[in-house]
Amino acid sequence: MTEPHDPFAKPGALTPIGATPIVRVVDLQKFYGANHVLKGVTLEIYPRETICLIGKSGSGKSTLLRCINFLEEPTVGFIEVDGLRVGSDPLHARSRAHQEQIRQIRLRAQMVFQEFNLFPHMRVIDNLIEGPIRVKGLGRDEAIATAEKYLAKVGLSDKRNEFPGRLSGGQKQRVAIARALSMEPKVLLFDEPTSALDPTLVGEVITVMEELAHEGATMIVVTHEMAFAREAADRVYFIEGGEFAEVGPPDDVLGHPKDARTREFLARTLGEAHVPA
Amino acid sequence: MAIGVGDSGLPGRAAAEDTFRLAHPDVIVAEIAASRARGRRRFRAIFFLTWLVLVGGLVITLAQSGKVDPSFIGKWGPFILGGIPVTIFVSVCSIVLAVVFALFGALGRLSRNPTVYAIATLYVSIVRGTPLIVQIIFVYLALPQFGLVIPALPAGILALSFNYGAYLTEIFRAGVEAIPRGQREAAQALGMPERSIMRRVILPQAIRIVIPAIGNDFISMTKDSALVSYITIDEVFWRANNAGTQTFRNFEALLIAALVYWVMTIVFSLGQERLEKRMAESDVRL
Repeated sequence: MTEPHDPFAKPGALTPIGATPIVRVVDLQKFYGANHVLKGVTLEIYPRETICLIGKSGSGKSTLLRCINFLEEPTVGFIEVDGLRVGSDPLHARSRAHQEQIRQIRLRAQMVFQEFNLFPHMRVIDNLIEGPIRVKGLGRDEAIATAEKYLAKVGLSDKRNEFPGRLSGGQKQRVAIARALSMEPKVLLFDEPTSALDPTLVGEVITVMEELAHEGATMIVVTHEMAFAREAADRVYFIEGGEFAEVGPPDDVLGHPKDARTREFLARTLGEAHVPA
Repeated sequence: MAIGVGDSGLPGRAAAEDTFRLAHPDVIVAEIAASRARGRRRFRAIFFLTWLVLVGGLVITLAQSGKVDPSFIGKWGPFILGGIPVTIFVSVCSIVLAVVFALFGALGRLSRNPTVYAIATLYVSIVRGTPLIVQIIFVYLALPQFGLVIPALPAGILALSFNYGAYLTEIFRAGVEAIPRGQREAAQALGMPERSIMRRVILPQAIRIVIPAIGNDFISMTKDSALVSYITIDEVFWRANNAGTQTFRNFEALLIAALVYWVMTIVFSLGQERLEKRMAESDVRL
C-alpha cells in the first residue's frame, strides 16, 4: 500500500527549490473513547510555508494541531517532522522509547498556546532559557544570548526581568512566542493564539506572527483571525467534522468558497466580526 | 440662619437647601472615612474590653477564692517555662521532617507506578487510621523489642513528623493537582522530561500554594507536641505535669502550661497571618 499524500500540498513561495515537506501528517485518526474526532487527515507542509487551520469549535482543528506534537496521542496514523517519523502507538504511549521519540518531535515543533501557559514563578528571561538549558543542554550564557535575540524580535527586551503576571495578555503571548522561538524549532504550532486576548491586544500578536511568516518561518496556525489567514497563509485548510472540507489558497477558500459548509462557516464568523459594538 | 423664617414661610426647606449647597463631595468622603475609622476603633475597644473583663474577672475570682497559691508561680514558673525551647525545638524539627515525608508521600500518591502508589497510600492510611499517641509510644517502646532503640527526643520527633507528614501528603497532592494543566502541557511541549517538569515547573508552584497549610500544621504541631511528654521529653506539659503532681498544685501548673501554649499559638498565628499576606501579595505577580 502506498502512503497517501496531501493532494493540495505544493511548495510555497518562499520554499527552497527541491525541498521536500518538512511536516507530514499521514492518515491521522483520533478517537476519544467512541467519539471519532479526526477521521483520517493527511497534510503536508513545505519549509517556510504558513498554513492556517480553520473551522468551528469542536471540528477537530486543535486536536489535529495537538496530535502533531503528541500532546494528544493519535489513535491511527503517523507524524513526520524534519525527517523524523513517529507513528501513533496508543497502547504503548508511555513506553520509554515512544516518549523519547515524542520528545524529539517536540524539539522540532514548538507550540504556542491559547492560554500562553508561561511559567508564572519564573521571570521572562528564565521562561525563555528553561527549555534550551534543560532540554537542549545549552550553556546558560548561550541560552541567554539566544533568548535575548528572540525577546528583541517580539519587541519585549525591556520586560526581560518581569514576572509574567505583570504583563498584559498581548505581551504574555509575545513572550510565549519568544519562548517557542528560543528552542529554534523547525516548525511553529499556534493553537488559537489570539482567542484568549482582549480585542485591543490581538493586533500586536498578529503583527509578530505576520512578521515571522514573511521572514519564512514554517508555521501551522489554528485561528479564527481570517484577516491573518488572508494576509499570511500559503494555504487554508477548512476542517469540518474531523475531515478537510475545503483546502486551497486563502483567496479561494476565504474569497470564493466552493463548499456550502465553508460558506456557512465564513458567513457566521465574518458576520459575527461585523456585528456593531 | 441667613434666610429669615418669615421671608419664605418655609423655614425647613430653606435650611435643607442651605446644607445641601454646603456639602462638598470631598467633605462627605472624608466624613464617611472618619465614621468608618471610628466604627473600627469602637469595635476594637469593645473587643479588648470584653477580653479584659472575662480574663480579669477570672483572675480576680481565682485570687479571691483562696484556693490558688500565687507563690507557686514564683517557685515553679521558671521550671515550666524552661520547657518552651524544648517544645519549639520538637515542633520545628518535626514540621521540617514532616515536609520531607509529605513531599515523598505526595509524589508517591501521584505516581503511576502501582507499587510506589501502594506504598504511599499504605503510609497515609496507617498513619491517619491510628492515634498519634499510639504512634509516639510505639516508636519509643515497641520498636526496642526489635532491637531498634531510639532515644526519646528523636523518637518523639520521628513519630510527630511521620504523623503530620501523612496529613501533609494529601495537602501536597492537592497542591500539585491545583496547578493548571496548561503548565504541564507547556513544559511537555518544550520537550522537558517528566522529572524536570515536576521539579522545575509543578513543585515550585505547588509549594507556594501549600505554604499556608504548612503554617497551620505547625501551629497545631506545637499543641500536639505535648503528647511527647508521655515518652519523658521534658517539654512544657511534662514539666507542668510533674510540678503539679509533686506539689499537689495541679491547677496552677496546668494553668501555666495552658497559658504558654495559648500565647505561643497566638504569636505563631500572627506570623502565619503575615506570611499569608506576603504570599497573597506575591500572587499578584503570578
